[in-house]
Amino acid sequence: MSERFTKGMARNIYYGGSVFFFLIFLALTFHTTKVMPERDHRENITEAVANGKELWEENNCIGCHSLIGEGAYFAPELGNVYIRRGGEAGFKAFFNGWMKAQPLNIPGRRQMPNFHLSDKEIDDLAEFLKWTSELDTNDWPPNIEG
Amino acid sequence: MNTLKYQSQAVAKPYFIFALILFVGQILFGLVMGLQYVVGDFLAGAIPFNVARMVHTNLLIVWLLFGFMGAAYYMVPEESETELYSPKLAIILFWIFAAAGVATILGYLLVPYSTLAHYTLNELWPTMGREFLEQPTITKIGIVVVCLGFLFNLGMTILKGRKTAINMVLMTGLIGLAVFFLFAFYNPTNLALDKYFWWFVVHLWVEGVWELIMGAILAYVLIKVTGVDREVIEKWLYVIIAMALISGILGTGHHFYWLTTPEYWQWVGSIFSAIEPLPFFAMVLYAFNMVNRRRREHPNKAATLWALGTSVMAFLGAGVWGFLHTLAPVNYYTHGSQITAAHGHMAFYGAYAMIVMTIISYAMPKLRGIGEANCNRAQVREMWGFWLMTVAMVFITLFLTGAGVLQVWLQRLPESGEALGFMVTQDKLAIFYWLREIAGVFFLGGLLCYISSFWVKEKAAS
Repeated sequence: MSERFTKGMARNIYYGGSVFFFLIFLALTFHTTKVMPERDHRENITEAVANGKELWEENNCIGCHSLIGEGAYFAPELGNVYIRRGGEAGFKAFFNGWMKAQPLNIPGRRQMPNFHLSDKEIDDLAEFLKWTSELDTNDWPPNIEG
Repeated sequence: MNTLKYQSQAVAKPYFIFALILFVGQILFGLVMGLQYVVGDFLAGAIPFNVARMVHTNLLIVWLLFGFMGAAYYMVPEESETELYSPKLAIILFWIFAAAGVATILGYLLVPYSTLAHYTLNELWPTMGREFLEQPTITKIGIVVVCLGFLFNLGMTILKGRKTAINMVLMTGLIGLAVFFLFAFYNPTNLALDKYFWWFVVHLWVEGVWELIMGAILAYVLIKVTGVDREVIEKWLYVIIAMALISGILGTGHHFYWLTTPEYWQWVGSIFSAIEPLPFFAMVLYAFNMVNRRRREHPNKAATLWALGTSVMAFLGAGVWGFLHTLAPVNYYTHGSQITAAHGHMAFYGAYAMIVMTIISYAMPKLRGIGEANCNRAQVREMWGFWLMTVAMVFITLFLTGAGVLQVWLQRLPESGEALGFMVTQDKLAIFYWLREIAGVFFLGGLLCYISSFWVKEKAAS
């Protein structure tokens, strides 16, 4: 077999196979981006949500937390924190108090820094987390604990 | 003594040395984080966890890039049978990259991240604050510039010289690396889209084009240490990387299960990522087969050990531990748990840290003018480093897997209301985190042992 199966054939499988599957990948990506608007509710991205995302990034929240399962695993998942911590009724009040109480300074406990955000910024961040919790994630996470 | 076939290969040396220095830094910050997992307020004011993690992962990426670049500068002239197009450019780019890297890490450590974002004008083109892509936009631009200069230098070298399969595979891998990095500049306000294309960098790097780089380096070292016919080695290199890309490209789907993406990704991702272990298994067979069929006894036993070791550990870390949680119904429960961390550690060490140490082990004796291989005592020390690091990494992975299984059991499997919360669960995992930290200390010991081998000399005959 090894005489009949030459290096040239192997090379063609490599180039041909990669290009073929990459094109399929691009086609699926194209289709996915076409149908995503129905699931990500991008029409609800307000200025506050956009600003909240920027705050999320500029304070490196992903360095401790995960968001829809991606990020660090040092602190709780925040993709559904809006639902876990009170939702429409209670989340914003809880969140504002929580952000201002940091660092908790409980000896030995993992510590979240205080990021010195204004009330407006905390509200924007809350709006971003609210919008994120409304994404259609095919039912992930399995329960409210994230 | 000059032992280089082409003098310009010497530019690889600073790249390798700097890579290893950054590697030590990476492990030190890893130990800080490991301790913060159990002693939460350890250095919490000076080095918050998010900073330590950013330094840990960014150092990893940067030292591997230095390693890949050093490997390419070493291999390409010899493969092309001609001197490097511009050794001067290679050295200039080394200093630019090293300075940018050090400045970025210092930025992470010395000022709050949000201040760094403002200093570097992140608001003009926000790209920061996403996992692994935390670098300021200006650093990202610097990386692109360095990559372009690097690719130009290699491309010009290959154009005027021999075009071997190893050269071509290495070049496609490196060009892919540069091209997919460009997605780091795309950061839409829509988080779902942001995440979708973020994977174009992260996944298509580590489960795509980086595998080409790894395959090319492995094939090169195997040719050198075994003396097996190039035709045979290159043929199987093509087969392996063909499998890697055919499975890995659509395997990206395993990141699109829970991302506002259509359900068909659960099928596509599961099926193709179930094939992803195959190229890694083939790599094990390949490395052991070629070494068994060797036509010469190369004096550098340590390099051969690294080459065999990287194939096995990449198969275990990327292949087996990847498969463990890649099927959609399993991933539903394990996504973003310590299982992911376990897989990440062994995969990066096995596939990428070890392949860089393979080429360093092979090339350094020649770069340092020692000859084909270090003296026996130095090789023995190096192999101690190999075993200590590798066994420590196996234990780190096992402990994190234990933590992950328990975490899934307590926090993910029960219904809402019965499941334990994240922080409560973490307390219950403490024993695993302590054991992981101890294994991490052994890893550092192994790394220091490995580094010390560069200074070991043969005992003077008395």
